[in-house]
Amino acid sequence: MALPKITQVSGRGVSVPGNDIDTDRIIPARFMKCVTFDGLGEFLFYDVRKHADGSDRPHPLNEPRFRGATILLSGDNFGCGSSREHAPQAIQKFGFRAIVAEGFAEIFFGNCTTLGIPCLTAARADIARIAAAIEADPQRELTLDVAGGAIRFGSQSVPAAIRESGRDALINGRWDPIGELLEALPAVRSRAATLPYLSA
Amino acid sequence: MPKSLFEKVWSAHAVRELANGQTQLLVGTHLIHEVTSPQAFGMLRDLGLKVAFPHRTFATVDHIVPTDRFAEPFLDPLADAMIKELRKNCQEFGLTFFDRGTGKQGIVHIVGPEQGITQPGTTIACGDSHTSTHGAFGAIAFGIGTTQIRDVLATQTMALGRLKVRRINVHGRLRPGVYAKDVILHLIRTLGVNGGTGFAYEYGGEVFDRFTMEERMTVCNMSIEGGARAGYVNPDETTFAYLKGRPYAPKGAAWDAAVARWKGVASDPGCRYDDVVTIDAAEIAPTVTWGINPGQGIAITENVPDPKGARSADEKASVEEALAYMKLPPGAPIKGTRIDVAFLGSCTNGRLSDFQEVARFLKGRRVAAGVKAIAVPGSQGVGRLCAELGIDRIFREAGFEWREAGCSMCLAMNPDKLVGDQLCASSSNRNFKGRQGSPTGRTLLMSPLMVAAAAVTGAVADAREVFAVGGN
Repeated sequence: MALPKITQVSGRGVSVPGNDIDTDRIIPARFMKCVTFDGLGEFLFYDVRKHADGSDRPHPLNEPRFRGATILLSGDNFGCGSSREHAPQAIQKFGFRAIVAEGFAEIFFGNCTTLGIPCLTAARADIARIAAAIEADPQRELTLDVAGGAIRFGSQSVPAAIRESGRDALINGRWDPIGELLEALPAVRSRAATLPYLSA
Repeated sequence: MPKSLFEKVWSAHAVRELANGQTQLLVGTHLIHEVTSPQAFGMLRDLGLKVAFPHRTFATVDHIVPTDRFAEPFLDPLADAMIKELRKNCQEFGLTFFDRGTGKQGIVHIVGPEQGITQPGTTIACGDSHTSTHGAFGAIAFGIGTTQIRDVLATQTMALGRLKVRRINVHGRLRPGVYAKDVILHLIRTLGVNGGTGFAYEYGGEVFDRFTMEERMTVCNMSIEGGARAGYVNPDETTFAYLKGRPYAPKGAAWDAAVARWKGVASDPGCRYDDVVTIDAAEIAPTVTWGINPGQGIAITENVPDPKGARSADEKASVEEALAYMKLPPGAPIKGTRIDVAFLGSCTNGRLSDFQEVARFLKGRRVAAGVKAIAVPGSQGVGRLCAELGIDRIFREAGFEWREAGCSMCLAMNPDKLVGDQLCASSSNRNFKGRQGSPTGRTLLMSPLMVAAAAVTGAVADAREVFAVGGN
């Protein structure tokens, strides 16, 4: 299965600051009453973006100047809580192609990688510098160098990291593992035969 | 070379190393429910794939099930479409479904153990982060996303990076009125909500040795709230006694062989851990969360933090954000905070012993005026046992609504929701903003007995005082 190699992502950014932003906040559970992922983008961060009557609350994603941003910036432990893939799906369907944060919760990181969304970590001070640059000029383009581990904006560059398994999968175009997993089905069956609870 | 349970189970299930360095891991037992699986079946169809090991996937329905009305179709057409979709998928792919008519339906993390599907030395995955619950049996169990559900359905494997292991010892004895829920809330408060990132937690020490299986499940359940994808307890006689005779447990000679294998899977004395943490059980008090993540907890006798006392700008900001959302005054006692709703249930605390323990103290007491109190058995099996023992009657007589099995108000994908900024004393696992269904709803996590104490007094209370726990 040929997948694109995601070695870098360029685009405008928007900062949604805060630590421990959980997947319930990213996509409230009531929007998971669905049997497809279609249309989840409009419910991204719904309860912090919208009042009960559906009108906008002050939120970076509601600001026209950040419209069209494709890189999301945030704080530590981003995506904690529920394993719902609806969260990265909503982020992707809203239009984001990559996330930069101080840290990521593990299940969320894995879900993003499988969807081809690079999750790069950077130091808090560096994320603040990027956010300040975006604030000063929302049209400013960022380039995430997934392969090289850096974020460039204007003439500046800051280091960024991504777990090696994720980096490898993204830059080599094997972030969706299904093809590789299917190849080994005979080996899977023989391993299963060694485990009594699987053969019974 | 002595090995940990994690290492033994991992290597027994590792099929091969993938090109990116992750392991293709055999998932022996796959559990599914209605919320995170339908898209995975859609992907299978799109790719023209079949389920590789249909006898190793077990389904139930829990998140969207109304707990106050058994009849179908559900009043919510979206929920009704989801249960119908799951029925269709299970039928088409030949999967076992503990549906509502079987008497075996319930929260997936209660059904697996109850049926004896959850066994030591196995790997278990489910599209639900509280899958860590099953680690109580000495299984490596973790939550996965929907694309990974597709992977497990199609290949019975998934790509996963190896976890490190942190041994957490809780030594000594818990004081009266302190429960498994307090142990895990205390651990998360101590180690942080992301302290477990990259780790599986191995829980041990005298407290875990003495714990029942249900208590072990409560702790393992919330491993993910501390950032640990998996948490487990080494299997022992308590584990085997729980499993013996359950529908999916091995029988006869196969049982003896299984027990011998299970004994061998426990961590060897002297094995290496990546980290070790030791906690004194006597330090743990009945614990209540005051904020918007499960690490923001305090002992019932403590005051809510004051941002002025924060040790860093970061901590100050997070305390301020939490208190503003929770509408709690800084520096004030948590005890005495008025509540609107009391919720007893969930995959954390919706098992027989949770209701049994509360019933011991609730008999003859009444839910305070103005408090809505609901008790929701985690499975139809738990509901049946409670009825046989007369526990449901004790709850009803005290003024609780006694409901049908489901996830209920833990995450409000069903009619059980907070309204407006109601404050809920909850035995569930997450106090995130909006978690219980209202964007401004507020959750205080605590043990079942603390929920009952709040229910009968109408305010957050010390269950040890309300119910004279410990006989004083």
